[in-house]
Amino acid sequence: MTPYFLTRSLNKSATAFLLIVAAVGILVPLSNLLLPESSALQVPTYLMALFGKYLCYAILALSIDLIWGYCGILSLGHGAFFALGGYAMGMYLMRQIGSRGVYGHPVLPDFMVFLNYSKLPWYWHGFDMFWFAALMVVLVPGLLAFCFGWLAFRSRVTGVYLSIITQAMTYALLLAFFRNDFGFGGNNGLTDFKDILGFNVQAQGTRAVLFVLSCVALALAFIICRAIVTSKLGKVLIAVRDAESRTRFLGYRVENYKLFVFTLSACMAGVAGALYVPQVGIINPGEFAPGNSIEAVIWVAVGGRGTLTGAALGAIVVNYAKTTFTSGPLAPYWLFMLGALFILVTLLLPKGIVGTARDWWEKRREQIDANAVSAAAEDGVTKPNLPEPSLAE
Amino acid sequence: MNIMDTRATSAMLYLDGVHVSFDGFHAINNLSLTIAPGEMRAIIGPNGAGKTTMMDIITGKTKPGEGDVLFDGRVDLTRLDEPQIAELGIGRKFQKPTVFESQTVQDNLLLALNVDHSVRGTLFWRGSRAESERIDRVLETIRLQESRDRLAGALSHGQKQWLEIGMLLAQDPKLLLVDEPVAGMTDVETHQTAELLKEINKEKTVVVVEHDMTFVRELGVRVTCLHEGSVLAEGSLDQVSNNERVIEVYLGR
Repeated sequence: MTPYFLTRSLNKSATAFLLIVAAVGILVPLSNLLLPESSALQVPTYLMALFGKYLCYAILALSIDLIWGYCGILSLGHGAFFALGGYAMGMYLMRQIGSRGVYGHPVLPDFMVFLNYSKLPWYWHGFDMFWFAALMVVLVPGLLAFCFGWLAFRSRVTGVYLSIITQAMTYALLLAFFRNDFGFGGNNGLTDFKDILGFNVQAQGTRAVLFVLSCVALALAFIICRAIVTSKLGKVLIAVRDAESRTRFLGYRVENYKLFVFTLSACMAGVAGALYVPQVGIINPGEFAPGNSIEAVIWVAVGGRGTLTGAALGAIVVNYAKTTFTSGPLAPYWLFMLGALFILVTLLLPKGIVGTARDWWEKRREQIDANAVSAAAEDGVTKPNLPEPSLAE
Repeated sequence: MNIMDTRATSAMLYLDGVHVSFDGFHAINNLSLTIAPGEMRAIIGPNGAGKTTMMDIITGKTKPGEGDVLFDGRVDLTRLDEPQIAELGIGRKFQKPTVFESQTVQDNLLLALNVDHSVRGTLFWRGSRAESERIDRVLETIRLQESRDRLAGALSHGQKQWLEIGMLLAQDPKLLLVDEPVAGMTDVETHQTAELLKEINKEKTVVVVEHDMTFVRELGVRVTCLHEGSVLAEGSLDQVSNNERVIEVYLGR
């Protein structure tokens, strides 16, 4: 079973992608830890943390590409699942602070002492255990997506209406998490983390491990997505994207398919958020902002919808650009640039960077094949069994 | 009424007193129609006569306000939705050819096969020899063997119509509903399509909606003319086309 689905899912470009992720995941931490800081080849810790953050965004982008690129579900609220995963991890990190907080309370996190909580709210129990928090990282976004999707897909809410209610969902969560009495630190969110599984979150070694874990998570998410899109289920998803009612008349329960990928995608987004929080050191309600989710969709559009590799690439490229521009004199104009980028990509590169490159490459290969055929014909040689350009990859 | 265990009628498809209205407009008005097992029936009628709405009712897309719709003598179709009706064995070809354009011809047929349609079944699906042989047979019937690896979107209009008929065959339904199969086809293609449908009719019940009278004549089957949501005339093509009312509302003088 396993070898079959791996050989099916890992074509040339997928293997290349995984090799690059593996190389980055091995070389960057090694260079950071082993080379002296004076060396030109040493990756500074701040840069490693920054790219660790981008890797989490890349996982979020993959999760969006799986539902949008392959099943046509345009979620404009996927940041909510990312943030929920982040909050679950943040709660674990808060509980790890213990009595080292400013107020020194043995159980209650600082913000609860400050807000006069007498005891830990029930939903904070269990988060002192890593396994429980790790479970919640997947379960909470998954459950929300399942309930949301069950209602929406069964009622056949599609297209722009679905996008609008996903926006409403993330906005509602934003407002809820802003409230002090909601029990998640209100406006300030969760921060001042000390350690994770007994290791100092600020330490260089911990950061290197988090970077490696982000690479591993990205690779796993990619393999899962590839296994799905190359299965027959993947063909059904594309069928739903292109002609939903036709698919129904063939006997497929479209709502079940949508619910499956939507829930899976939310779980992936949750994992991305959980890896993000210890690397950036804070999670606050701002992560639920509708703009964040829209930005994530732009990464996918820029990289290439329905390509997976493009989604990951788009997330990294756009965020690198964001970091570069928002730290310079162009900072006030970043949002305009992002908007312009989206419009330009939609107009000029509707298939995104990877999609366009792939089209170009296929055309070129067909050209080469055609030339080979005509050259062979001129020589009077008949070439048997010329390989056909395969459109199905 | 409990109709699942008592055979109410011997008909493959039985519509009785069906009404459908959209915002007060009576799209289907007291429509009654019986299709016998193994029959091929042509449905004609002017635009807005309710032909496509009738197909929507049979396939579960539209629920009738009142009336009975029975399949295979015992199944009440008004209580089921599209996937359930498809699984029962009713296949539908749309007016506008609807194939999965970004997938290959072969994959279109693979998707149409009447095998496990569950999420788990498709996730862990592995091709079998029996399935690929069935796909090969369908490709041969619709004469698209050469194009099996082409994207369906790259096919000509006529080929798309044929591919969609092929998808119906892969579904292996008991009843085929075929909406305007020869729209936009050349004369040769129209002729071939008539031959193909006659071939299919040897094993299956077929309902064809069509405007093309030459094509209907070639099919040589019983004809029902719809008008304003109910049956205006029924009989052989000659009988129907000599009917005064049919000439008045549809064929013109």
